[in-house]
Amino acid sequence: MAIKTLTIDGQLVSAREEDTILVAAREAGVNIPALCYVDGLTPVGACRLCLVEQQGTNRLQAACATKVQEGMEIVTNSPRLHEYRKMILELLFAERNHICAVCVANNHCELQDMAVRHGMDHVRFEYLYPQLSVDVSHEQFGIDHNRCILCTRCVRACHEIEGAHTWDVSGRGVRARVITDMNQPWGDSDTCTSCGKCVQACPTGAIFRQGSTVAEMERDRSMLQFLVNAREKKQWNV
Amino acid sequence: MAEAAKTEVIKKKAGPAHPSGDKRFKLLEVTMKRHQFRSDALIEVMHAAQELFGFLEVDLMFFIARYLKLPPSRVFGVATFYNLFSLRPKGEHTCVLCTGTACYVKGADALLDAVEKLAGIKAGETTEDGKLSLVTARCLGACGIAPAVVVDGTVKGLETPDSLVQQLKGWLPNG
Repeated sequence: MAIKTLTIDGQLVSAREEDTILVAAREAGVNIPALCYVDGLTPVGACRLCLVEQQGTNRLQAACATKVQEGMEIVTNSPRLHEYRKMILELLFAERNHICAVCVANNHCELQDMAVRHGMDHVRFEYLYPQLSVDVSHEQFGIDHNRCILCTRCVRACHEIEGAHTWDVSGRGVRARVITDMNQPWGDSDTCTSCGKCVQACPTGAIFRQGSTVAEMERDRSMLQFLVNAREKKQWNV
Repeated sequence: MAEAAKTEVIKKKAGPAHPSGDKRFKLLEVTMKRHQFRSDALIEVMHAAQELFGFLEVDLMFFIARYLKLPPSRVFGVATFYNLFSLRPKGEHTCVLCTGTACYVKGADALLDAVEKLAGIKAGETTEDGKLSLVTARCLGACGIAPAVVVDGTVKGLETPDSLVQQLKGWLPNG
């Protein structure tokens, strides 16, 4: 296992060769914002919130999907990055119907936390107000497409950890939706094992446990990493 | 033991060809066999399926998913991602309008407006009598002849709303 040395926000950091910038930064106490990244799942670089500046190139790098390199100089926070991140958050809010006051995930929502952290006090873009459905055909869980940010955490948790691959993304662009099986009601899905990993993975109030009302939906994100460690490394650090 | 029982169930589900007895399923199976039922042949197989059936029905996609050992959601995801796959029956004639950047600048929106008004349908729909399907695509790679359209498989360039309406008129009752 080779060790790479790099600079993150002026701080010298050593990281394992296979680490990404995001992991190395978190280990050094620098918390790079991210919505699609979650410990235990393969990074996809979809939300773009973790973009960081690298000395010597004008191109921004997605910290969750970029491996560390010897001598890298990374800046994780600058007025430019802050502006971009705020804009991404505003676009996410404008794309669907995120109404925190009546959301099951209020106060436990990563999107909301991210907006607060970046001081997003208003949205510059026109809201799309799409007509979206809520599927509560599953006996325990439900999906509210109004709250979905298409981070694909549920898709990856279901595919990589549970192995059922009930979730996937259909369509493209503004018409993209997460689906279960052949775009059928979740309750009719033959592949779903009702394991609830997607419920733990979801960053917003999109996938929820039925019966939870406003602000009641709390999740245990670390469960995903726990399962991966248990399965791959045979470690049960409870 | 449990493993054996499981394979049995899958085998039963897949069965010989398709319970409907439709010969086209057999033909599709031959195509899949040619690709050794490899899951990465999904797009080729779906092309073949669309050629045979005209469009991709849910039942047909389940059939493909089962044979290629793919999750249904992946098959549906791929089918809806690409413009060329259609989940609804197509009209007798199709008109594909390019709304890529070059065509848009050259007035693709006016073409779209004209055809939508003429046929009384929106992009992505088929007329009620099943005569004409109107499809939009983002860039056909024929930017040199923008605005480009494809009428029944023939690429036509430098279209104006009038010239396009002339071509489609004959297929429509109110044309």
